[in-house]
Amino acid sequence: MNLDPKVPDGPLAEKWTRRKFDLKLVNPANKRKYTLIVVGSGLAGGSAAATLAELGYNVLCFCYQDSPRRAHSIAAQGGINAAKNYQNDGDSVYRLFYDTIKGGDYRSREANVYRLAEVSVNIIDQCVAQGVPFAREYGGQLANRSFGGALVSRTFYCRGQTGQQLLLGAYQALSRQIGLGKVKMFPRAEMLDLVVVNGRARGIVARNLTTGKIESFAGDAVVLATGGYSNLYYLSTNAVGCNVTAIWRAYKKGAGFANPCYTQIHPTCIPVSGEHQSKLTLMSESLRNDGRVWVSKRPADRRPPDQVPEDERDYYLERKYPTYGNLCPRDVASRAAKQVCDEGRGVGETGRGVYLDFRDVIRRLGAAGIADKYGNLFQMYERITGEDPYKLPMRIYPAMHYTMGGLWVDYHLMSNLPGLFVLGEANFSDHGANRLGASALMQGLADGYFVIPYTLGDYLVNSKVLGEKVAADHADFRKAEEDCKAQVRRLLSIKGKRTVASFHRELGHVMWEYCGMARTEVDLQKALQKIPVLREEFWRDVTVLGDGEELNPALERAGRVADFLEFGELLCLDALQRRESCGGHFREEFQTGEGEALRDDEHFCHAAVWEHQGAGRPPLRHVEPLKFDYVHLETRSYK
Amino acid sequence: MNAPLTLAPRSSLGSKFLMALTGLGLTGFVIAHMLGNLQLFAGRDALNAYAKALKDMPLLLWTARLGLLAIFVAHIVYGVRLWLLNRAARPVPYHLKTYREATLASRTMLWTGLVILAFVLFHLAHYTFGVVARAPVKDLTTGHVQYKDYHDLQQMYGPALDRKSRQDVYDMTIYGFRDPIVSLTYVVAMALLAFHLSHGFQSLFQSLGVNHPRWAPLLKVSSLALAAVIFVGNSSMPLAVLFGLVGGDVE
Amino acid sequence: MNLTLHIWRQKNAQAPGRMVPYVMSDVSPDMSFLEMLDVLNEDLQKKGEEPIAFDSDCREGICGTCSLVINGVAHGPDRGTATCQLHMRRFKDGDTITIEPWRARAFPPVKDLVVDRSAFDRVIQAGGFVSENTGGAQDGNCIPIPKVDQERAMDAAACIGCGACVAACKNASAMLFVAAKVSHLANLPQGQPERRRRARKMVAQMDAEGFGNCTNQYECEAACPKEISVQFIAQMNRDYLRAHLATKEEKAAVGVG
Ligand SMILES: Cc1cc2nc3c(=O)[nH]c(=O)nc-3n(C[C@H](O)[C@H](O)[C@H](O)COP(=O)(O)OP(=O)(O)OC[C@H]3O[C@@H](n4cnc5c(N)ncnc54)[C@H](O)[C@@H]3O)c2cc1C
Ligand code: HEM
Ligand code: HEM
Ligand code: SF4
Ligand code: F3S
Ligand code: FES
Repeated sequence: MNLDPKVPDGPLAEKWTRRKFDLKLVNPANKRKYTLIVVGSGLAGGSAAATLAELGYNVLCFCYQDSPRRAHSIAAQGGINAAKNYQNDGDSVYRLFYDTIKGGDYRSREANVYRLAEVSVNIIDQCVAQGVPFAREYGGQLANRSFGGALVSRTFYCRGQTGQQLLLGAYQALSRQIGLGKVKMFPRAEMLDLVVVNGRARGIVARNLTTGKIESFAGDAVVLATGGYSNLYYLSTNAVGCNVTAIWRAYKKGAGFANPCYTQIHPTCIPVSGEHQSKLTLMSESLRNDGRVWVSKRPADRRPPDQVPEDERDYYLERKYPTYGNLCPRDVASRAAKQVCDEGRGVGETGRGVYLDFRDVIRRLGAAGIADKYGNLFQMYERITGEDPYKLPMRIYPAMHYTMGGLWVDYHLMSNLPGLFVLGEANFSDHGANRLGASALMQGLADGYFVIPYTLGDYLVNSKVLGEKVAADHADFRKAEEDCKAQVRRLLSIKGKRTVASFHRELGHVMWEYCGMARTEVDLQKALQKIPVLREEFWRDVTVLGDGEELNPALERAGRVADFLEFGELLCLDALQRRESCGGHFREEFQTGEGEALRDDEHFCHAAVWEHQGAGRPPLRHVEPLKFDYVHLETRSYK
Repeated sequence: MNAPLTLAPRSSLGSKFLMALTGLGLTGFVIAHMLGNLQLFAGRDALNAYAKALKDMPLLLWTARLGLLAIFVAHIVYGVRLWLLNRAARPVPYHLKTYREATLASRTMLWTGLVILAFVLFHLAHYTFGVVARAPVKDLTTGHVQYKDYHDLQQMYGPALDRKSRQDVYDMTIYGFRDPIVSLTYVVAMALLAFHLSHGFQSLFQSLGVNHPRWAPLLKVSSLALAAVIFVGNSSMPLAVLFGLVGGDVE
Repeated sequence: MNLTLHIWRQKNAQAPGRMVPYVMSDVSPDMSFLEMLDVLNEDLQKKGEEPIAFDSDCREGICGTCSLVINGVAHGPDRGTATCQLHMRRFKDGDTITIEPWRARAFPPVKDLVVDRSAFDRVIQAGGFVSENTGGAQDGNCIPIPKVDQERAMDAAACIGCGACVAACKNASAMLFVAAKVSHLANLPQGQPERRRRARKMVAQMDAEGFGNCTNQYECEAACPKEISVQFIAQMNRDYLRAHLATKEEKAAVGVG
């Protein structure tokens, strides 16, 4: 497997400028001769499709939702980072770069991260020009807020709807190109396979979700921007349709899958209320600025929270991390919550929750003061739980939120398969083992607006794909199409007894129990035994009703769960083999005396890249060593 | 799409502007007409003088009449057209539809409008063309009450002129409203007109793009107030005649 | 709690649809409305019946995918709430609930409770953007934007494109949706150059899609999960009027006419 990262020579700050100059340009007159396939219309895919079309390429863009505007990027609340230093508080491209590398626990590629920080400033300008209504100060200047993992205020935001507004910006740019005929949009279309012809990615097979038609689309390059795979855990903060299918099928066609075990768990979500739960809702992290996290000192304490006296409360974050207290990073806060619940001190019906208490701050500022700051969040909490957080403390629990792993890409965002580019959360590139808040939006837009337009052109020229047009009736397309049709037929013909959702729920349970917030060799081995058994049962006993020639949500989900059932095994395998703790990957065997993550830079300062070896054969683990020429590897401490 | 006028038939917003402008015009007419007619309470002299004043300006009168006709026709044609388009926009109805904001008045504009149209036709037949035989006239010799239309009245008494040889609108009005059925028809029609306006008046500002958070509540109130004033003002005339509060001077 | 549901079932766009009753027992008040339907679907599948198709994705009120008319009200009884945020504690034991899809000619049915809202996308494609190619933008702080203008633009931009306004409007009018986008951009300096052209083009597309006309009934605002104000409709009416009252030269310059 060719894992050459193609990082440019020269000083860090000049790498991207130099590379941009070296990249080959496509003759403007030739651009319209190329057809590019973009799968995904989120921040990454939407911005890429729009920008590529503006350059003159013909673009086919796909998304599974009924409109490109509904991609899951829409749900991001907090904000987007950029090294503008508008606040004059000492921010710089280098500081953003440094914070991101450190936040990622030194498991990302320096050159990529630096470029991300570098183009972050252009993103804000571009979005403002598109009419994204970023928050403003009274003087009319752009406003900033602070976010976890940074000491400067560099996060731009649109109320609690930043992702939505950024996505609408990209969607509007995309819509303009659709209107101009440069982009052909395929909503309600799910990519089922990648087609590789002569070693190069040349197209996809997709199912029209309305008519059920399975069809091939050929082009000169394929861009995947299909988001993250948190839904492997069944319950996550992701939209219910988020899936691993596109990148998983690409992996099975030869693309390397990097660091699948790097998953991020968000500490402040509303806890599960019962079996029926279909997704988890994030409560903004900002609540931890004023709320105090606690549980009772006694296990199995059934008293209502207001009857637990002060001295019987354990404000465990303040106790363990006196400096950062309730504001310690996501992974640390999440693990601490799990720990107290494992001790039987969890709260709520299920015992899987901790209190986030606003009593003290309400006493200090009054209910009105709190309503001013968090009114809508309190309302959202009450709507979901039916409890009034002005009177009772909130109950929160960590939940799966983001996946740092994804398809391996080089500096050009191209996977090891020539012609296959991967953007946004779907790739593994910039966040290492842990992502800082407000950096995913930045990465998606950096990839789509400012990286892919340059690097893709270079590929098109160098690979001379134009001389080698492939049509959608090529034998390799036919074969892939047949395979997809066969899978649909197979799913519909099992006619078993268990629903797709029940398999998904069980898989999620296995993943969360044995490969969740804290992982051990024993647990991972258990998961690796259970998953294949469940998979076998799925293919024997699943029930999918209705037919394949129409809208069939159960069938869609069956395909996604089938892929999760394969992918989960790879994730556990990766977690097993990464015998260290880093960022979101915490192996209980590898911790400091105080229970903090213990990295092993000597053996694991690399990206693990998995290569598919065919059904039934274990995948091959490759590594891309990570070299740090600029930053110094340190141990994170939040005491 | 160059001239502003051609925009109307083609676009939804053009139709809206037209409805609003014609609605505004009609509202203006109704108010002016009512103020003129209320001189009934000031007695024969005042009302007849007012009618004569209008008659003495034939050019203005006829321009106004034609303008009014055009406005009326446009309002009706567009009202019906909008309604048809809107009905077509939802081919399959809901099994259950619950309204929370939309007032009954706003949902029945076409129906109240059509009733107003019917009323206006009746009203014209009644006064202007004089073909409604509902004026109760007592035969002075026999004491019998006979129902006449205004043509008959004019034939019986010669041209109905008052002492100053003006057309006796006053007499006509009194005769007209002495009949309970006629009066009641007017009152009911006025109620529906008021209902139409209770939504229509505030609505026309929104249609023309005038909606400011500060004025919105005031507008709502004034719309209701206007509707009430029109109802009370117009109904007061037939009711006053019916109950003999005015017109004692007409035998 | 126990519930009786009357749900619209329709195999596809061609087939006729009908209301079908379902009885549900042991519904937890903590369930969201869509989770209640998930449970019903699980039961149906176990009985060998085809599950009810309905749309949803984010399930937190931001993507605009969910779209149910519940007891005659788009997105159900709570104000400022999308269907996916509605919880069962809002209902009582023994309640009968009718569930229907968005109904409008411009939103043709797909299956059961799922409709095709691509008309909204086409309205945006007609002009709901700033024609700004990637790359040439000046610094974001070059044009200061008064906070009030930005806030107002944000109020309009909050629209999630769900289509509840159309579903709720007696006339199946899309005015609130279109006005929200027109006003979002009209309240910002970036939106000015194309302001009139945008209003004109988007309204023309809205009409072509077969939406009804607004008669100012404000049912849309009441159903809107983001509580977008009908004041934006007035603002769009103004902009549209201005686009048409512009001089010939102005029109030629902005491509109106
Ligand atoms: C609740 C929440 C809050 C967040 N808040 C923040 C925040 O404040 N700041 C921040 O920086 N990040 C935040 N994130 C993370 C961030 O939103 C995402 O990582 C990012 O938006 C991903 O963008 P994307 O373009 O890669 O993928 P997505 O936006 O997920 O888009 C994926 C696209 O791919 C399509 N697709 C997927 N599978 C297929 C298939 N098989 N076939 C066809 N199409 C397919 C989808 O239709 C969609 O269009 C948050 C995430 C969540 C869940
Ligand atoms: C003197 C008589 C009338 C007056 C004063 C009047 C006034 C108004 C006003 C002010 C509006 C609101 C316009 C807007 O919202 O922009 C309106 C709307 C309407 N009118 Fe009339 N109208 C009258 C007669 C009629 C008649 C005869 C019809 C018969 C068809 C009619 C049908 C309608 C309809 C359907 C509307 C709804 C349009 C809308 O709300 O936008 N009206 N009217
Ligand atoms: C109680 C209330 C009303 C009274 C007493 C009244 C009285 C009259 C009178 C006396 C005339 C003159 C007839 C003539 O000289 O030929 C007239 C004309 C007319 N009225 Fe009324 N009217 C009333 C309400 C209305 C209303 C509500 C409308 C409209 C919606 C209306 C519309 C007209 C029209 C269109 C004419 C004809 C005008 C013309 O010939 O120029 N009237 N009315
Ligand atoms: S205006 Fe409101 S109801 Fe209409 S689409 Fe937007 S969010 Fe939905
Ligand atoms: S409900 Fe309909 S009538 Fe207009 S104000 Fe809203 S679009
Ligand atoms: S499912 Fe996204 S808004 Fe309801």
